[in-house]
Amino acid sequence: MIEPDPRPLPWLNATLVGIAPASARVKSYRFRVAFDRPMRAGQHVDVRLTAPDGYQAQRSYSIASPPGGDGTIELLIEGLPEGEVSGFFDAVAAVGDTIEMRGPIGGAFVWGPEDGGPLLLIGGGSGVVPLLSMLRHRAAAAPEIPALLLYSAREAGEAIAAGELATRARDEPHFDLMLTLTRAGGRRIDAGLIAEALERLGSPRHAYLCGSNAFVSAVAERLVEAGLDPSLIHTERFGG
Amino acid sequence: MSTRGFTGRRPPEATRERLPPGQYLTEDFPVLQIGPNPRIDLATWSFTLSEGSKPLKSWTWDAFNALPRTRWGGDIHCVTKWSKFDTAWEGVSFDALLADAGIAAPTDFLLAEGYDDYTTNVPVADLAGGKGMVATHYDGAPIPPDHGGPARLLVPHLYFWKSAKWVKGLRFTKRDEGGFWELRGYHMYGDPWREQRFTGD
Repeated sequence: MIEPDPRPLPWLNATLVGIAPASARVKSYRFRVAFDRPMRAGQHVDVRLTAPDGYQAQRSYSIASPPGGDGTIELLIEGLPEGEVSGFFDAVAAVGDTIEMRGPIGGAFVWGPEDGGPLLLIGGGSGVVPLLSMLRHRAAAAPEIPALLLYSAREAGEAIAAGELATRARDEPHFDLMLTLTRAGGRRIDAGLIAEALERLGSPRHAYLCGSNAFVSAVAERLVEAGLDPSLIHTERFGG
Repeated sequence: MSTRGFTGRRPPEATRERLPPGQYLTEDFPVLQIGPNPRIDLATWSFTLSEGSKPLKSWTWDAFNALPRTRWGGDIHCVTKWSKFDTAWEGVSFDALLADAGIAAPTDFLLAEGYDDYTTNVPVADLAGGKGMVATHYDGAPIPPDHGGPARLLVPHLYFWKSAKWVKGLRFTKRDEGGFWELRGYHMYGDPWREQRFTGD
């Protein structure tokens, strides 16, 4: 049952406290921010930048960190030189900066231990970010829930948090990782990979798909064809 | 509060005037939805006006397409910040649906309902008088499934989450009841020009 939060969603000052590489093209930005409401894994924030003359630009970014924690959140932002906001983060933002932010936002693409499993997570490119939040939350709060991440990246160097994911797959008994690379003769997520994922995971209680629209549309179709109940399939898309 | 080192990349003046606050212009047509496209068979498709649980009038696909047609062209704005200019839609106006049903709107509010179980609330005043339609065509062709075909609601002056995809009916409600996103923190009305994204904006 949904309990709407009647309070306005305030803009908050978030302090940038850490920047680190997360893949060849993506950096991790850690912010200290005090949300006034609980977060769920899979949600996003809105970020607002203001020029000296008052001009503003806003964008949404998925939260990579899990709920709870130390009062900081992690965003993973690709350094697109042509991007008005992503380009700012890549070229200008520095530790100590204050950025306006509000959230957490989004109530459809979310998971918590109470939602159960097994969990089938399928990400394309930077679409892995909200899934990372779910995996981190699961590992901390409900490691007994089986989960499998099927992650499609263009090449090995572009896989986000590749080291962490490999370590989790090695150390967490109920987490399984399938990484597929699409460049250099690699393989896209097709019916065969879906069948293998379902074989390894068992019948999922939830499937979460995130990536470009073309990616999510294609994978959602394959899942429905594989017999998954469409109501178990949650999607989050970006791009046209 | 200005952001250290941020100057922004302003769109040209003419574009800026057409962009509501916080929006940016996109050339493509992003797709946002909460699940897979529902499978819809035109042979069993129907569109229903109802008041609470009571159906008032239903149309089959053929009957719906025999109704008078209307067109709308202009800019659309998504709460996720993209705006798309000069879109072209065709369908059946809300006014034409009421006229064919031979009724006046029985209440001031309604919930649009989709084949994917999505719902969103719209005041009747924002659909009547030529403001809203059930669209079947985009840019001269049937609306593709990714964009809500065979039929979606079109309320172009509100954020686009109000323009429910794969719409199967409009249910009049006594009160203004929140739909899917409104129950998850989105604004009850959603005027892009007043930047009504979330509760209390």
